[in-house]
Amino acid sequence: MNAIILTAIWGVIMMFSGVFVKSKTAPRFVALAGMLVVLSSSIIELLTKKSFFNFDHNNMLHTDGFNLTFIAIVMTCTLIYFLLTGTEIEKVGPHVGEYFALIFFILCGISIAATFNTLLMLFIGIEIISIPLYILTGSDKRNLKSNEAALKYFLMGAFSTGIMLMGIAFIYGGNPNASFYIDKIQIGLGHMPVLIAAGLLFIMVSMSFKVSAAPFHFWTPDVYDGAPTVFTSFMSSVVKVAGFFAFLRLFEHSFGIVHEQWQQLIAFITVATLVIGNITAVFQQSVKRMLAYSSIAQAGFMLLAIFALNAKAKEGILLYSAAYSLASIGIFGILTKMEDYTIDGFNGLGKENPLMAFAATVFLLSLTGIPLTAGFQSKFFMLMAAVDNGHQYWLVIVAVIFAAISAYYYFRVIQAIYFKESDRNVVVANAVSPFFNYMLIVIIALIVIIGIYPEIVIGWMYR
Amino acid sequence: MGNYITFPDLLIWLPMLAGFFCLFAVNQKHAKNTAIVFSLLTLGVSIASLFFTNSEKYMTYNNVSYIWLKYLGANYYIGLDATGRMLTLLTAIGFPLILLTSQNDQLKKPNSFYGLLMLTQAGLMGVFMAYDALTFYFFWELALIPVYFLSSIWGGERRIQATFKFFVYTFAGSLLMLVGIIYIYLHTDARAFVDGTIATHSFALNAFYNAQLSGSEQAWLFALFFIAFAIKMPIFPFHTWQPDAYDQSPTTVTMVLSGIMVKMGLFGVLRWLLPMFPNAAMHHANLVITLSVIGIVYASCLAMMQDNIKKLVAYSSIAHIGLMCAALFAMNEISIQGVLLQMFNHGINIIGMWIVVEIIERKTGVKKISELSGLAASAPVLTILFVIIALANIALPLTNAFTGEFLMFAGLYQKNIWFAVFAGLGVILSAVYTLNMIQKVFYGSVNNLTTEVKDINLTEKLVLMVIVGIIFFIGVFPQPLIDLTSESVTNLMFKLK
Repeated sequence: MNAIILTAIWGVIMMFSGVFVKSKTAPRFVALAGMLVVLSSSIIELLTKKSFFNFDHNNMLHTDGFNLTFIAIVMTCTLIYFLLTGTEIEKVGPHVGEYFALIFFILCGISIAATFNTLLMLFIGIEIISIPLYILTGSDKRNLKSNEAALKYFLMGAFSTGIMLMGIAFIYGGNPNASFYIDKIQIGLGHMPVLIAAGLLFIMVSMSFKVSAAPFHFWTPDVYDGAPTVFTSFMSSVVKVAGFFAFLRLFEHSFGIVHEQWQQLIAFITVATLVIGNITAVFQQSVKRMLAYSSIAQAGFMLLAIFALNAKAKEGILLYSAAYSLASIGIFGILTKMEDYTIDGFNGLGKENPLMAFAATVFLLSLTGIPLTAGFQSKFFMLMAAVDNGHQYWLVIVAVIFAAISAYYYFRVIQAIYFKESDRNVVVANAVSPFFNYMLIVIIALIVIIGIYPEIVIGWMYR
Repeated sequence: MGNYITFPDLLIWLPMLAGFFCLFAVNQKHAKNTAIVFSLLTLGVSIASLFFTNSEKYMTYNNVSYIWLKYLGANYYIGLDATGRMLTLLTAIGFPLILLTSQNDQLKKPNSFYGLLMLTQAGLMGVFMAYDALTFYFFWELALIPVYFLSSIWGGERRIQATFKFFVYTFAGSLLMLVGIIYIYLHTDARAFVDGTIATHSFALNAFYNAQLSGSEQAWLFALFFIAFAIKMPIFPFHTWQPDAYDQSPTTVTMVLSGIMVKMGLFGVLRWLLPMFPNAAMHHANLVITLSVIGIVYASCLAMMQDNIKKLVAYSSIAHIGLMCAALFAMNEISIQGVLLQMFNHGINIIGMWIVVEIIERKTGVKKISELSGLAASAPVLTILFVIIALANIALPLTNAFTGEFLMFAGLYQKNIWFAVFAGLGVILSAVYTLNMIQKVFYGSVNNLTTEVKDINLTEKLVLMVIVGIIFFIGVFPQPLIDLTSESVTNLMFKLK
């Protein structure tokens, strides 16, 4: 509860910070302070299980160790994101305060989407995430690609929102309890009523859209490519895992009983996502676009959690959130400093800036899933969840084969960094502050620590 | 477990420390010397461990276990048994020899080079000592990553593609193995920890041995593990990465790859595959042996056709590994004893072969057999030493490889006479291509490339003489090595019954 209230309040504060303070750097420090407040208050709530704010929400929100841990992970990652690339946000345009405000609103939406206990709250949460994202995508106003991306995102996003609302309405109509509460959707074990089945399908489609699972992924590459790189970083990391978290919670609580009836469908979506994400990423020349497709590929792995829907899956999604967000934020942070976004643009980085090169390598290894990195542990838990599921092992084999293929495009960047010579004068265009370097070291350390000892993330869940 | 420092700890931490030390601290000039000093220290530890073989009496010296992921039932558990002791000894002997002969004058960034080499050694040591599936998997991958960078940065012209092919093959294999590990893990019994907590499943080696698996489960798990190990060895038809990778890697790295790293695959079969799935292994033995024998004959034929010395040695290595794999799956006492001997001897001999190839390539600048001729006239010492190593490579009596190959053939003969016959063809062919190569490269008339060549220097003489010394010592007196490893054979045979 702390996170929802405080992020909303701080979002408003951020908006005014842009009005009253003319300095361009001030909003960043206000935002950092806000992030610290939000993070510490959500950790306190996680530890004490008590919120600072007590208001009657009619049990429409529900907090437990699982989603409080998730919120803490999201807030930590966002704090790191602000620290690493806060200065880049300032460069996007003149409305610095607003950008930060929108990010705080997104965090508010994430907190709602993580704690919802009714379908309405889920819808509100998802929408609060989406609408600021449309704006952030188009925030580079003079760039046509950014405009196009925002429009595309908005139209398709609005469409999927409609589908979701339709699904919720169907479920409400088909539910004998006439209730929006996710635990009170009565389905029964036998034949599923038509309205419930249609509603389930609609919600599955729109959630797949939000997490960019194939075949509903078409917006992703264009939007990720068109949006300013700093915001792509946020979109593809924290926001994406939040979508998965909501997806998992909804399907666990509402439709867990009929798991076997829709499992096959999720298996199909998983395979399609893995195939399309990985195969298309292989052919990309621009690192930014490659990362967009790779985020689809990673979504395929995260879908294994929804496919398996067991205790390991819940642990896996937490680990995946931390591992994937950290690596994504890191690699996009490095990308913002580069002169050229193509893979060849990374040529010779190893010589010019060894620390940045090493950091990029660690992040890419983590995304590939090499042991000793957090990425390995997250993939390991996902595979464990899927094997524990007890049948349909073919899906696991498909997943690992595509994990091996993913090495191809991640390692192309590593090859460029270390094994190829640059033909340009500068590889790193923007000035790199010592602080940026320290943050890279912090992220590397976190990735390695989680890689060796994942219990520091999932242990919170059982506290 | 009582002791603060144990052999397994030292064997991993010494090279790892050296690795990080070289990477970050030492200036460029001292990197090689640091690496050599640490690798000699490691060798010392490894030799010392040979005096503490009694597994009950010296339990606490040879085993280390830390609670790692309590909740998953995974420990960081490493220890030395007979096989592990033999392979760590091979690694410990191999690295100083490899380091001493490597040439750092042309290297750019020698500190990274030697640092990564030492990290590879740490990874290899870990693989050979792991008693816990997750620990094993970690080290298995960790040995691969530094090698990938070593070959891609310092390799030949087509290094990037060749090394990447190697990487993707092994990575795909190990991911399949990971699925197998997870599956078995979910079928193991609970694990109790020293502090009283209990995890529902266990990654311990013994728990894996005792996992309850049906026949069909064993069959496909066998496939998952076998592909990973077959790629690493490599066995026909998974070998296609190997000649390119050996050819394109810097020769120092090729020595590590072919001398020591391929043993990871064989070791995996010995330690994990056979004891875990004895029935499936028995069931598929004929298939695997057939593949191996095809590989032996095929690789030998290709080796005869090669004009590139490095590729010739690479193919000859495929043939030798194929023989060892075939003998492993013959699964009788003699053949497995033979494999254990041969793993050690092959490592020593192939490192010797590569050292000579490296010297030739460095001194003349070419690696084509057709362009070389008459080296014996200008480099007599090199020639003598090389001929001995080459004879050991084709397993002549009195050389180290003879005992091992003899035992392996005896074992294969027991399994099926035709396997022995066709695998024997490989030995004959290996004599053909090796002697042919010696004849063309070392004898004949001197040409303008080889007249200028100076004979080898003192270090190189010393290294090659150590190798030749080991070849003769084990060739005449194989008993110590048999004693060292026989315990493993007994244990394995017990599990196979």
